[in-house]
Amino acid sequence: MQAMTQVRAENRVVIAHVYTATAAIALGAVFGVFQGFARTSAFAAPAWFDYYRVLTMHGVLMALVFTTFFITGLALFVTYRAIPRERKLGMGWFGWGLMLVGTAMAAATILRGDATVLYTFYAPLKASPWFYLGATLLVLGTWVVAFEVFENVNYFRKANPGAAVPLVVFCAAATFVMWVVATLGVVAEMGLLIPWAFGWTPGINVMLTRMLFWYFGHPLVYFWIMGAYVIWYNIIPLRYGGNVFSDGLTRLTFIMLILLSTPVGIHHEFMEPGISPAWKMLHTITTYGVAIPSFITAFAIFASFELAAIKAGRRGFIATVKGLPWNDPTFSGAALGMLLFILGGFGGLVNASYSMDTVVHNTIWIVGHFHVTVGGPVALTFLGAAYWMIPRLTGRALWKPELALFQTRLWFFGMLIMSLSMHYAGLLGAPRRTADVGYLGASGANAWQPFMLLAAAGGFFLFCSILAFVAVAVGTLLQNAKTEPMEAAFATPAQPASATPGALQHLYRWGALALVLAVAAYAGPLGELLRHPGYLAPGMRTW
Amino acid sequence: MNIHRYERWWLTFGVTMLVAFLALIGFAAFADNINPPSDMQQIDPTKVAQTPPFDRPGPRRTGADSYEAYYVARVFSFDPAVLRVPAGSLVRFYVTSADVVHGFFIPKTDINMMAVPGWVNTQEHRFTRPGEYLLICHEYCGLGHQDMFAKIEVR
Repeated sequence: MQAMTQVRAENRVVIAHVYTATAAIALGAVFGVFQGFARTSAFAAPAWFDYYRVLTMHGVLMALVFTTFFITGLALFVTYRAIPRERKLGMGWFGWGLMLVGTAMAAATILRGDATVLYTFYAPLKASPWFYLGATLLVLGTWVVAFEVFENVNYFRKANPGAAVPLVVFCAAATFVMWVVATLGVVAEMGLLIPWAFGWTPGINVMLTRMLFWYFGHPLVYFWIMGAYVIWYNIIPLRYGGNVFSDGLTRLTFIMLILLSTPVGIHHEFMEPGISPAWKMLHTITTYGVAIPSFITAFAIFASFELAAIKAGRRGFIATVKGLPWNDPTFSGAALGMLLFILGGFGGLVNASYSMDTVVHNTIWIVGHFHVTVGGPVALTFLGAAYWMIPRLTGRALWKPELALFQTRLWFFGMLIMSLSMHYAGLLGAPRRTADVGYLGASGANAWQPFMLLAAAGGFFLFCSILAFVAVAVGTLLQNAKTEPMEAAFATPAQPASATPGALQHLYRWGALALVLAVAAYAGPLGELLRHPGYLAPGMRTW
Repeated sequence: MNIHRYERWWLTFGVTMLVAFLALIGFAAFADNINPPSDMQQIDPTKVAQTPPFDRPGPRRTGADSYEAYYVARVFSFDPAVLRVPAGSLVRFYVTSADVVHGFFIPKTDINMMAVPGWVNTQEHRFTRPGEYLLICHEYCGLGHQDMFAKIEVR
């Protein structure tokens, strides 16, 4: 009885995180669908429509708020369930509160029109200081959640000397080790932006803020991917009666992601002055390196599919694929997300290429790329995982699981249409982040228009898909009675976990090494910038 | 820790692909000199109008079929608004920003770079086909960002 009360109290913390994420994706979708249509020539937006304010809101809500609240909720959920014990929940609530207050501050300044700086907030565009403070609080709130996860890892190690930390908790904790290393960059950037926005410092080093942003900005995408990998490795195998392919390789994958996610950010700055080609080449090589843990993951997933099929007496490729639970919304979300990730991987190799990036930099190809990655494997896996988590959090059976299944499929097709159109329009030269790409009927711009319309249609399907998700998530709370058991199980390795070498049990040592690698990758370019201090920009408000 | 034979093959294949791609990019960089723009020249953006050669934006002929073109980007226009060069010209573009960060992008060419206040950036392209090219700002720079474009007429 005591244990059940404890579980319910823990669930309330996780529900707060996960339903805040739900609210963020719902609002983000509303802002998103308008942009898609505003960009087409067929549906010209009315004069009062402020495309860039809506775009800022969409980017912040989707990239920074939805993903972050979902991952903090997921990490707390798996940690609480895999390490059951009497515990205080103050940190989980405190982290959520800080993140929510930060989000509200940033959202209010954006809606007032005081922070139309997009989610990359490039100086010398100068937003209200409360926008930067809000974003900083959001990050600090995630650090509180990280601390809570680490504290539970430490507790487990002390209570079970010599035992390996449960795999799912190891994966979640590794995600936050990487996140803490990566967010040091954006917190340092905020240390420059906040006093400048308040007017306490007269000018800012523009290139320095960009480099600090991308030190954080690329590992941000690996934070999302690692969140999806936590689910792929630990939760999805149970949907098809499978196992984790290998405990050791899973830990190795997450350790490689801790190490390799951060020293890569300059591949976002290939087209900029003030950074020597040698550093750009170095970051091309490191960015390619971070593909290796994804190769391991691809193998592990297919191997796990096949082993489960063999266990069930099915042989051969077609029987293996057919035997997977395609009608289960949780599996469907993750598996369709994996398919989209194949496209994302191909595009990513182009973007990270030192010279090929010239063709696509800042075109809408990039927007297509990150929608098929964060909006593909990441968001679709998260929505699928939400269908698994919500009954275990609320004790209520999922409302209309067939709508949930339809939602994942609609998302997949909507994303394919939108993302492929954006990729192609980008190759034709359509720029990203631009309210109207007609350029007064200039000849080159006409070729883009049909693809903008297709992208808007894809975006509309995605919008409908999110409405369906919200209907299921909220409908479950309102409609269904508490009849479900709340137990959550996690996949176990096919090999015994004892085969895992001790070096793959560490977390913080790898985190420290990650910091060393990040410093090594940035010491050169950062030193080069600091040797060319030059102009310090005053803030400008050009919107 | 046991790594399955198939997985070793798969990882060998994957890593070999990555190394092959990097070798191609490296070959393009070192043998064909295909590098991203990475200029280190600095300039005071508040004095762009007095700093040669940006005090007189526009083209300079540097050879039989080669030009240098100096551009100033500021909200929400490029100076010069129109550049005229003969077909076959090799044009080296130099751009700087007088205010916020702008983009400098000519679709269907090799020109794609960032214009950052305080810095000069440069890239070159040979315009072999006659026609009208669009030069657009492809970094969000403010409310009129979508109106920030210029033209290049190749005849």
